[in-house]
Amino acid sequence: MSGEKRPDPDALLAKMREEERSSSRGRLRIFFGATAGVGKTYAMLEAAHERLLGGIDVVIGHVETHGRPETTALVEGLPALAPRQVNYRGRLLEEFDLDAALARRPGLLLVDELAHTNVPDSRHERRYQDVEELLRAGIDVYTTLNVQHLESLNDLVAQVTGVVVRETVPDSVLETADEVELIDLPPDELLTRLREGKVYIPEQADRALAGFFKKSNLIALRELALRSTADRVDAQMEVYRRAEAGERTWPITEKILVCISPSPSAIRVVRAGRRLARRLRADWTALYLEQPRHFRLPVSDRDYAVQALRVAEEMGGETVMLAGYDAVEEILRFARDNNFSKIVVGKPGRFWRLWNLFSGSFVGRLAQASGDIDVFIVHGGREKGAGRAAPAPAAGKIDWRRYAWGAVTVAACTAVAGLMFPYFALANLIMVYLVGVVMVANRWGRGPSILAAVLSVAVFDFLFVAPYFNFAVSDTEYVVTFAVMLMVGVLISSLTVRIKEQAEVARQRERRTSALYSLSRELASTRSLDAMIAAVRHRVQELFEGQAAIFLGGEDGRLAIRGDGAPPSFAQDAKEMAVAQWVHEHSEPAGRGTATLAGAQALHLPLVGSRGPVGVLAIALDPARRPPGPDQMHLLEAFANQAALALERALLARDAHRQRLAAEGEKLRNAILAAVSHDLRTPLAAITGAASSLVSSDDRLDAAARRELVLTIHEEAQRMNRLANNLLEMGRLQSKTIALRREWQPLEEVFGSALHQLETSMEDREVMLRVPEDLPQVAIDEVLIERVLVNLLENALRYTPHGTPIELRASASPGEVMVEVLDRGPGFVPGEEGLIFDKFFRGQAARARHGVGLGLAVARAIVEAHGGRIWAENREGGGAAFRFTLPIKGEPPSVPAVPREPGGDT
Amino acid sequence: MSDPGPTVLLVEDDPQIRRFLRATLPAHGIRLLEAGTGGDGLAQAATRTPDVVLLDLGLPDLEGIEFIRRLREWSSMPIIVLSARGLERDKVAALDTGADDYLTKPFGVEELLARLRVALRHRAAAGSGAPASSLFTSGDLSVDLAGHIVRVGGREVRLTPTEFKLLASLVRYAGKVVTHRHLLVEVWGPGAAANTHYLRVQMHGLRHKLEATPARPRYLITEPGVGYRLREEA
Repeated sequence: MSGEKRPDPDALLAKMREEERSSSRGRLRIFFGATAGVGKTYAMLEAAHERLLGGIDVVIGHVETHGRPETTALVEGLPALAPRQVNYRGRLLEEFDLDAALARRPGLLLVDELAHTNVPDSRHERRYQDVEELLRAGIDVYTTLNVQHLESLNDLVAQVTGVVVRETVPDSVLETADEVELIDLPPDELLTRLREGKVYIPEQADRALAGFFKKSNLIALRELALRSTADRVDAQMEVYRRAEAGERTWPITEKILVCISPSPSAIRVVRAGRRLARRLRADWTALYLEQPRHFRLPVSDRDYAVQALRVAEEMGGETVMLAGYDAVEEILRFARDNNFSKIVVGKPGRFWRLWNLFSGSFVGRLAQASGDIDVFIVHGGREKGAGRAAPAPAAGKIDWRRYAWGAVTVAACTAVAGLMFPYFALANLIMVYLVGVVMVANRWGRGPSILAAVLSVAVFDFLFVAPYFNFAVSDTEYVVTFAVMLMVGVLISSLTVRIKEQAEVARQRERRTSALYSLSRELASTRSLDAMIAAVRHRVQELFEGQAAIFLGGEDGRLAIRGDGAPPSFAQDAKEMAVAQWVHEHSEPAGRGTATLAGAQALHLPLVGSRGPVGVLAIALDPARRPPGPDQMHLLEAFANQAALALERALLARDAHRQRLAAEGEKLRNAILAAVSHDLRTPLAAITGAASSLVSSDDRLDAAARRELVLTIHEEAQRMNRLANNLLEMGRLQSKTIALRREWQPLEEVFGSALHQLETSMEDREVMLRVPEDLPQVAIDEVLIERVLVNLLENALRYTPHGTPIELRASASPGEVMVEVLDRGPGFVPGEEGLIFDKFFRGQAARARHGVGLGLAVARAIVEAHGGRIWAENREGGGAAFRFTLPIKGEPPSVPAVPREPGGDT
Repeated sequence: MSDPGPTVLLVEDDPQIRRFLRATLPAHGIRLLEAGTGGDGLAQAATRTPDVVLLDLGLPDLEGIEFIRRLREWSSMPIIVLSARGLERDKVAALDTGADDYLTKPFGVEELLARLRVALRHRAAAGSGAPASSLFTSGDLSVDLAGHIVRVGGREVRLTPTEFKLLASLVRYAGKVVTHRHLLVEVWGPGAAANTHYLRVQMHGLRHKLEATPARPRYLITEPGVGYRLREEA
């Protein structure tokens, strides 16, 4: 079929991404060698000089010359960044200055010794992370690396040389490097150079020769270096072939599951799994199954699993955390559900042998039940001289009190049995002891319950079986009784403990699931950004018992804290803000409990939505407690993912809303401009015309004509003033720059000032007022409500014939006051009543007359800002009715009388 | 030389307003001095001692409030503030700093002349050193401050002590606007300066006792957002 030749779209996409990535990213070239002294730094400097001649801006970020003269000579020809001086525990150390390098932005930066571990207060724990950041910033980097520092070869190197290297670099760094240049030197030649003092200064050289630099070691290391390079070339070849032929040269059918346990061998198992995966070109996943018994292990042991998971992540594997009771069952279920073809487990140490007596060996059961899945068992001995001290033996942690309680329970059972002894058969006394064993198992766990079972048999024999007060047994039948009693006791205790532990696992699982579920439900049901932020903060704080804050990225990429209420104090710290900003820009977690900026108070997780970074979730956990474990980290990450998607949704909705508003605003602006320019020009035309006739033909006009012209000017000017007032008011109301200045007051007062303002224009009108004496007070902004009344009254004056009456009424109903402005004019064309409050609407009857109709829109905006309603309708018996309501909320404050002055009376 | 009439100093940067007043005021027997900036205004106020200052609040070189503060350091000459609608806070601030009255732009000549007359009368009363007349009348309303007697159309009206105190304050500044704060401090004392609500309730009671139509008052005029004014009628 021709289809088989077609390039796999996923592969093409991956290749495109790869190219895209490398176009903006800096290029990394690694000078790779078997050991120190092969000339990596020298080669790097030589290459740098060549680039310098080629016109590239080459800068030394950090180069270690070890006092070698040739190297020093090469360094001198290149510009170098000043090292960062760090005072660490009283010693002045020099460290590579990452920020200076980022600020300087050279074309090519030289950073020696990729495997270096930074001084604790640096941004990253390790130098390869610094390099990663440089590359992301688009800076090309040259660096050096020895084979023994490669993570996956770490224990091989340890086996070969007997020296454990602690500073390791993830293999992915070497694999993703754009170029790797192998610097090879035959062992003999290296040894000669060493003796000549070209590698180390002489006194160091002697020590080095005796230890690490044995010829056998050098040969082995050289082989490892050559093989690593060959592997890389091989992989490149495959990529090239695949791209060229557009053909799948091999299918990825293998998937490897690496199971780790909380033991020192975990990292070794991960490395072995990873080596296997590379060789088979398989995807791999590291699985840590947290079992209830792990909770009883010392913290340092559980840290092994955490560390192993982190190493697995660094080496490019996926990591999964599960909780379960039965390891074999859970691992196989996970492997089958996810189509794993191979499982790698560590060979169990001595520790588990006793346990195996009861439950069968873990490895044996796994092999038996695995069916078509291959199981690989790798050597799981302890890391020799690993950085971490071996954990204290578990026995040291035994709580003897629990055992004491087991013994006490047996004593209590004995007392009960003693009372029963004269009246009941021996079989019933055995039952009493069994109840005791169950109680101990339920309350104090496995060990004490086994002790209780054994003690029960012994005491039972001693006290209740003839011959009494003697362990000897007269009737051999009792031997069977004792054996059964012991077996039943142990079995019951083991079952009880197991049920309890399963319940515990279920509880843990339930807690995580329900926390995630409630978060997603809350997020789904909220629409507002602030409510979402509050929900996330609340859930995180509840679950992790720390303080949480959320930062959202602005349009300029700067983060700002968001959310109601006072932000936690840590979130206002400039240092924490800087960490959050870094996390936002790099979309990687940082802060406490991570390898980056670990000195921060809080743990900062990036919130990355489907379209990119949204913000940062920061959690300040109680400093007295341990940083979050892998299970918590996973849960937190799940939280962060959900939160990021929800927040992104809310932000997108907000943006869409803003755009719609902007579009509407644009439309409105155009309408206003058109209407205003018309409504301003009309009176201006009248004023200009009238004024110009007065100026030019004053002598030809009689007194009456002159007065007519002057009146025109006056009236038109007033009209323009009204328009300007309403425009300003509308603008202020819409921009929401004015806050209502509400004060309790009698409405009467506002009526008075509105009527006072219109005094002159209402001279020819009869104004009928109806305000009940007991009209309740309302909390209003008097200046604005006065404007409403003035606008309604002006509207009535304008659209009704001269001389017709105008009524102004107020009335109260529970919870609100209604105000009415009534006229006897032409009323509304049916259907117009609802439209007249829209901006720039003018009734049909009014269309020929003046005004942009802004007055009523202003009135509506003000009334609605007060929480009231405004509407218009035709009045019975003809005319228009404008009505609005003002809600009454609460009670007006009471008014104290003025203290009487002596002698003052009325 | 006969009485040259009162002198008014106009501090205003807009030439059109200056031109309009220059054309109008002399026709009503008023001498007009003009200053385009606050600095010039203060200088002229010191050298030419006008009877009234008309001050635009939006000067280019000096905050209106600052102008009032500096002038009040040495002079009590009446200041009438000119300001646009919607800037009630500025007006109140100006009045509380020491301005005597205000006019909202745009204003008519009649309105301006009425304000000037009130200001000049108060200045004359203060300058003469004679105690203000204890009897005040405006239309049907008469208030005997010494005898604590208030009459409307000859009929005596009984007021509570608070109402009387409030009315007496307004009478003292008759024709001028009095800010809420000012009235509150005079009637209730400095502790009540922010309790505008007291004032509104008492004013409501006072209107119902003195006004024929309390919702359309003849004497006790509300200046929304600023204060009250007792209107004088011949």
